[in-house]
Amino acid sequence: MSGNSSFQRQLRRYYGFYTGGFVLFVIVVGLLEMLGVPNRMLGYLFLFATIFLYAGIGFMSKTADVSEYYVAGRRVPAVFNGMATGADWMSAASFIGMAGTLYATGYDGLAFVMGWTGGYCLVALLLAPYLRKFGQFTIPDFLGARYGGNIPRLIGVFAAILCSFTYVIAQIYGVGIITSRFTGLEFTIGVFVGLAGILVCSFLGGMKAVTWTQVAQYIILILAYMIPVVWLSVKHTGIPVPQISAYTVALPKVTALEREFNDPATPKGASEEAVRRIFRERAAAAAADLAGLEAGGEGYLEERKQALEIRLAELRAAEPPVEERVLDAAERDVRNFPHDAEAARQAWGAARTAALAKSASVKAHAEAFAAEDEAGRIKAKKNFLALVLCLMVGTAALPHILMRFYTTPSVREARRSVFWSLFFIFLLYFTAPALAILVKFEVYSNLVGSAFAQLPAWVSNWAAVDKTLMAINDINRDGIVQLAEITIGGDLIVLATPEIAGLPYVISGLVAAGGLAAALSTADGLLLTIANALSHDVYYKMIDPNAPTTRRLIASKTLLLVVALTAAYVTSLKPGNILFLVGAAFSLAGAAFFPALVLGVFWKRANQTGAVLGMLLGLGVTIYYMVRTYPFFGINEPLWWDIDPISAGIFGIPLGFAGVIVGSLLSPAPSRGIQDLVDHVRYPSLKGEGRARSG
Amino acid sequence: MPLTDRHREYWRRNLSLTATLLAIWFVATFVVSWFARELNEIVLVGPLGFYMGAQGALIVYVLIIWYYARRMNRLDREYGVEEEED
Repeated sequence: MSGNSSFQRQLRRYYGFYTGGFVLFVIVVGLLEMLGVPNRMLGYLFLFATIFLYAGIGFMSKTADVSEYYVAGRRVPAVFNGMATGADWMSAASFIGMAGTLYATGYDGLAFVMGWTGGYCLVALLLAPYLRKFGQFTIPDFLGARYGGNIPRLIGVFAAILCSFTYVIAQIYGVGIITSRFTGLEFTIGVFVGLAGILVCSFLGGMKAVTWTQVAQYIILILAYMIPVVWLSVKHTGIPVPQISAYTVALPKVTALEREFNDPATPKGASEEAVRRIFRERAAAAAADLAGLEAGGEGYLEERKQALEIRLAELRAAEPPVEERVLDAAERDVRNFPHDAEAARQAWGAARTAALAKSASVKAHAEAFAAEDEAGRIKAKKNFLALVLCLMVGTAALPHILMRFYTTPSVREARRSVFWSLFFIFLLYFTAPALAILVKFEVYSNLVGSAFAQLPAWVSNWAAVDKTLMAINDINRDGIVQLAEITIGGDLIVLATPEIAGLPYVISGLVAAGGLAAALSTADGLLLTIANALSHDVYYKMIDPNAPTTRRLIASKTLLLVVALTAAYVTSLKPGNILFLVGAAFSLAGAAFFPALVLGVFWKRANQTGAVLGMLLGLGVTIYYMVRTYPFFGINEPLWWDIDPISAGIFGIPLGFAGVIVGSLLSPAPSRGIQDLVDHVRYPSLKGEGRARSG
Repeated sequence: MPLTDRHREYWRRNLSLTATLLAIWFVATFVVSWFARELNEIVLVGPLGFYMGAQGALIVYVLIIWYYARRMNRLDREYGVEEEED
């Protein structure tokens, strides 16, 4: 006990110094900014200082001990494991994307907030303490021991690699985006710089190094998230608690403004309506073009192109000369005209959808399941609940999270550590909806109605940097900004918050460092999961059980390098649909692991046949539904009960349970030894069982 | 080693605690979301349906896990299945 508590004291002191040191570093960078150091240099400073820091921690934690390498020596105290799990968990999507999703979708985006936190109840109540008592190294380890034989273990390895790999690509993508945006490096170079950062952490010290870097990364990411939001809240409401002020002060005003925008009798509503009318005309024009294309084919295309060319020629010849702007627009129309029928169909289809979206009235932020009619609302509600369930069950089945609970010193600490994990995750997740409301308040009350001649600085800055994040055009040419004239990309919300709150650039650098910490820490955990599944489960447990320690670690480190390079290569090809990949990983993990893991603890009768059947059925149905219905795969079969492909797990998870139950009942009960293992797992300590096993 | 009746009772109490907390989890998540439109009519700290999804449910989750850890760690000692201090 005394050894343990002095270790904890030591950790607190280290991380206390570390946090102080980091704050000091931010202040020094702030001073440099005041001395006139250019922003790009500040970006480099943040990028390299933090990666260097993580590398330092990784280097100090280097190890050649198997238990240290795979499970950090099983001596990570609950609070620190909580921080590490928090960083492991919160990815670039949580840090940068979530507030943007909430800004765009209001209530319906809360599926992610609830799904990605409520899953921890399942981890705490159904899995973490039991996996800790089992106390091996990986999740396939548990499947292998509980169900016997190599087949359950092998399916586990396959599923772990499948969902971790899809997820890690999204993380490395995030790393590339952040490094390239804040340093001006090219995307591909950004990916490999980030990768170097990931590898130095995990390569030398495995889980031990990853754990202590993740704690450091959590501290950076939570500071980076909180500081700008608190500041923004003070600026707008005078209350330094955004989680309260957003609901009591900002939301009522946002709701009142939404009503005003939707009511053509008010001045603001009337100008919104004027813009919407223009968008409706554009949508109608695009629809007419599409219809003309269907009827006239290539001939129609040629006709339209000639009409545009003639108009351009007329404008050029006009006396007196027309405005430069009008001429530019006409030239652009000719230059960007679709070159064949397929391109035209796509371009006009997209234009029609975009214009229709812009011509719709403003959706109330707090309204749940908004839709045209009752049928639409029911469909939205069903998909909301299905997504929440898939995200929750997926949370409780992602191997890189479950693996973290092998690292605590005891079952008792494992239980506490799930509490700390969720607490640290909660800090960010209950702030994100507040941030979305505060930014919406700023946009609705300050940006809308301002003059195009005097846009707020953050708007013109971001519009100049990246049109996908911020685009603003005076559609109805009245010189005043209307809501329908603004297009905001989701990632902008978090990235621009420091500027909206009027904070110096150093805080923007801090936010970038936070986003990088979120992406790196998650990528670390995922890569380690994949490498361990291959080196421990496949190589050591199945190919060469007599391999000496050194060779096992060499195998693991080599595989880590290979997997990391493969992932970075795949990422540099920029596969689309990152958000879908992330969502898919949850459905896949939930359907493959959750039933076999939970029934493995709570139902002694579950056996190998059942586990194999359940995992294959769950995984198979989930993959089948995604491939059949997700547009990316090009089959586009009708949906089952209107459920979106991202929630495919809603079919896979129950079938997984059914598979385990039916398969087990149709074959003999598991052996005495396996039933004893279940008892061993259920009780933190059975007297006479041999203390050493639970150590 | 064979399980005693005390052991079985410990496991039963664990199961009933787990089931109760899962029921609370289910209500806070799915039942509340199901009625989100109706709950939005009630305004406490913002519209209630929205508030529950954005904060209320999360607070319930944190409390569930906190209570479970506390209760189970006590139950271990009560039934003599706790781990030795190391």
